[in-house]
Amino acid sequence: MIAIVDVCSGNLRSVEKALAAVGGAATVTRDAETVRKADKVVVPGQGAFGAFTRGLAERALEEPLREVIARGTPYLGICLGLQILFDSSEEQGPQRGLGLVAGTVRRFQPTDHAIKVPHMGWNQVRRAAADPLGDAIGDGAHVYFVHSYHVVPDDPRVTVMESDHGGGFCAAIRKDNVFAVQFHPEKSQRVGLALLASFVRA
Amino acid sequence: MLTRRIIPCLDVKDGRVVKGTSFVQLRDAGDPVAQAAAYDAQGADEICFLDISASPEGRSTILDVVERTADQVFAPLTVGGGVRTVDDAERLLLAGADKIAVNTAAIRDPSLIARIAERFGCQAIVVAVDAKRRGDGTWEVYSHGGRSPEDLDALAWCRRVAELGAGEILLTSMDRDGTRSGYDLELVRAVADAVTIPVIASGGVGTLDHLADGLAIGGADAVLAASIFHYGEHTIGAAKAHLAARGLPVRIT
Repeated sequence: MIAIVDVCSGNLRSVEKALAAVGGAATVTRDAETVRKADKVVVPGQGAFGAFTRGLAERALEEPLREVIARGTPYLGICLGLQILFDSSEEQGPQRGLGLVAGTVRRFQPTDHAIKVPHMGWNQVRRAAADPLGDAIGDGAHVYFVHSYHVVPDDPRVTVMESDHGGGFCAAIRKDNVFAVQFHPEKSQRVGLALLASFVRA
Repeated sequence: MLTRRIIPCLDVKDGRVVKGTSFVQLRDAGDPVAQAAAYDAQGADEICFLDISASPEGRSTILDVVERTADQVFAPLTVGGGVRTVDDAERLLLAGADKIAVNTAAIRDPSLIARIAERFGCQAIVVAVDAKRRGDGTWEVYSHGGRSPEDLDALAWCRRVAELGAGEILLTSMDRDGTRSGYDLELVRAVADAVTIPVIASGGVGTLDHLADGLAIGGADAVLAASIFHYGEHTIGAAKAHLAARGLPVRIT
């Protein structure tokens, strides 16, 4: 069973339905034991970084997540599920993250008025490193993004996909059993479903 | 680079699509879920439902429509019409909507924008602005589906909603809506220049060149249209091919 961790309620139904569409049996949960027992864990999240970390604390989900990640359970982070892995975010902050990936989360600071924030819509990703999951998405494929902040890893080797919005930024990372993306595979039509299918099969 | 989006919009009343369509391949052309799926298959970048139900009973049907759409359409979904409270927004988001559009309720109480943004993130809140030209070359905001003038300057209101945390502005020209004579490009340009959040142009599309003009001349980040897609004159794919030929970055599926 795949646990979709309900940290900060929002549109989790789409993640559940997208996983189901590619044959993944998933359940949306905020129960620590269900997270601990899951074969795989998906952490989606939209909204504010601070609200997300508060959700983790209030629902007592931080420790279970740390445990399953340390144990090697496959982890797929989406949007805030990526950002939360880092040391800190400058959103309404600085605010502390889980510190599992060294680096920070920074706001887009475009100098060109044509570059809008939030970065909202379909943008191309390019492969920065080979990855068992990342390779499900072809180099140059379009995926759906919606965010104002992006991760900046200290070690560029964790970056497996990049995109551009007034400059290059990290669109996906890999660290051992942890794979996390800034874009929304559940909203990226066929391209996104291919990624989710790889995660389900892996 | 970020591509420009094409967003087909469906007017939904009591759970049914209002305007007629000629999607001949659909078994039930009045079913918003089937139409959304058809647009998704054509490569729509997002899909927008505008609920124009007049009664609470009619309104409640939109939740079922959103749920059934989210079951099978894996593209971004915006839902507007009758959203008055944070709870209204939450119900739609939990049903599977990605963004909620507010209009009249935000004019009555602008703090609604900030409250939805704080709760669900600014990406979840779209402010729909219906604007009409005044004699002096400025634009006035209208509420209640374009029926009531608000004595509110459209550019000032757009700047304000951006400051309050709106993630995007859905800008409709009341002068052009339904005319098929093209977007009010001066209005689109003025708003796109006034704010740093994305702007969706709406109202007046009659040709594929109108879509391209909204992006290339108006400076919009996305274009919304209804009738040119509903009546089967053009597919989303044909529209994208046209935009690409005009040199605009689009996602070809």
